[in-house]
Amino acid sequence: MLLFIVKRLFMMIMTMLVVSLLLFLVMEVNIESVAVKVLGQFSTEHQRQLWLENNGYYRPVYVRYFEWLGNILQGSFGYSVVYKVEVGTLLWPRLKNTGILAGLTLLVVVPLSIFLGVLAGMREGSYRDRSISVVSILTASVPEFCSATLIAWILVFSLKLLPGTSSFISGFSWIEMIMPVLVLVLYDFGYITRMTRASMAEVMQSQYIRTAQLKGLPFRRVIFRHALRNALIAPFTVIMLQLPWLLSGVIVTEYFFAYKGIGTLLLEAALRQDVYLLEACTMFLVAVAVGTQAISDIGYMLLNPKIRFK
Amino acid sequence: MSTTRSDLVAKKPRRGLIAVLVNLRESWVGMIGLSIILFWGIVALLAPVISPYDPLAIHTPFAKPGSPAPDGGVFWLGADHIGRDILSRIAWGSRTVLIYAPLATFCAYVVGIVMGLLAGYQRGWIDIFLSRVGDIILSFPVLLLYIIAIQEFGRSNLNIVIAIVFGSAPGIMRIVRGLALDIREREYVAAAQVRGESNWYIMLTEILPNARGPLIVDACLRLGYVIITIGILGFLGLGLPPPDPEWGGMISETRAMAMIFPHMTLAPAIALSSLVLGFNLLADGLRETSLKD
Repeated sequence: MLLFIVKRLFMMIMTMLVVSLLLFLVMEVNIESVAVKVLGQFSTEHQRQLWLENNGYYRPVYVRYFEWLGNILQGSFGYSVVYKVEVGTLLWPRLKNTGILAGLTLLVVVPLSIFLGVLAGMREGSYRDRSISVVSILTASVPEFCSATLIAWILVFSLKLLPGTSSFISGFSWIEMIMPVLVLVLYDFGYITRMTRASMAEVMQSQYIRTAQLKGLPFRRVIFRHALRNALIAPFTVIMLQLPWLLSGVIVTEYFFAYKGIGTLLLEAALRQDVYLLEACTMFLVAVAVGTQAISDIGYMLLNPKIRFK
Repeated sequence: MSTTRSDLVAKKPRRGLIAVLVNLRESWVGMIGLSIILFWGIVALLAPVISPYDPLAIHTPFAKPGSPAPDGGVFWLGADHIGRDILSRIAWGSRTVLIYAPLATFCAYVVGIVMGLLAGYQRGWIDIFLSRVGDIILSFPVLLLYIIAIQEFGRSNLNIVIAIVFGSAPGIMRIVRGLALDIREREYVAAAQVRGESNWYIMLTEILPNARGPLIVDACLRLGYVIITIGILGFLGLGLPPPDPEWGGMISETRAMAMIFPHMTLAPAIALSSLVLGFNLLADGLRETSLKD
């Protein structure tokens, strides 16, 4: 079992290394374009050559890659071209904000979708099951930027209940959090609900549930003592695997509501060609995605006795 | 040799695409999905007939839905911020979506099926290699991949299709590989091996047709995701280049004015969501009816 965990963590590190190599190849092999991005389109040929020379860009690619990797591991990501400050000072507050948004979303979406999924899967094909399924398909079909448009039209422009942006101009405010969290919850809950439902429906058809029911146990006890424990293994993996998806949604939602998180920062960096900022944001988001997947695999193994005792 | 093979094929019940559609009649969810898709398909085909104006022609900016146009016609869905008729743009935009989303999904399927069959049927080092590469791409937040690729290599229709193929093929590969691993142990595959058929023949005519059920369902879901992805890229300003009307781009161009002129953003948002809903409902219906067999 320990071997499995070590193997999984080793794979995680390998993935990060490959991603970092690819990122470096895409972003920094063409040194001319790096110079143009940093110095601007109107810099002269001489200025660019001088800058490349001073920053050691004429050394071989592999030397530069290892130096770059070493710097990133030590937490120094270079200077942001647009903001003219150390990338790290930009990154940390943004990371905190994204953490708040993602955390609040998960806090709402996980209990809600597991509750609805269990409710639907308990009696497959019932009226309640059908209506929950249709609602979850419906909300999972409306992508974040469309649902944000629709909800903003209803709650912000027509009813004037909530603010339309979440840029925290006068400090953190709970009211500004409602819209982004609502949009993310709407899109994400459908998927987890359907997975929970499928897993619950499968468990309800198994022999041991039949036995428990034939023993004359009350339905409530069958659900809570026998079914739930086995039905919730699959949704756990789905929720963890959902995190890269959630991250994509977070980028779009942050951009829509001008939320000061790492998604908006990443998009800004991409659109304004801020090389070092873009690299840092990407590495962070990939680290989060890869890390949660490793945790989900290990957690799945710990939860599932079939795999644990192999 | 060839006569015995054709005899075997002829005895199988015909269960092609038509049979799938006939089975679908039993699921009203699937039928609703199919009708939504057909609706948009017809709109896309008849875009030149349906749209009252040129989608790029400039008329009255900010015209409300149903307001009269200068030439005596009507802006049924209003006009956008530079005065282009929204109904015409939605109709032509459905063409853009219904060309590029299926194209990208199809290419992703070709790549994913070939890789999945190789990994699942041939096994060995090729399986290990392809699975590792797939794992790495799948652990990446895909949107991030698209943003970086399109930003680095330029914003063009071809690059968007390539990026989507790159991002979706590993997921398809994983499904095909799993199915191939199961099917390769069947007797008819062993029979084909004994007949001395080539590996490619076995993969494409014995394994692939028997894996199609789950693949058709997955293709519907994936088409929905690809439509969303193209929309998101358009919304972020990284989508198909203007001025061709594109739903995601329409939302991003007009959303700053949505407070006063909501019709400009609502129309494309509803159009895009309904098309995705159509594919998701169809996938649900197909899954339901294929499980009954």
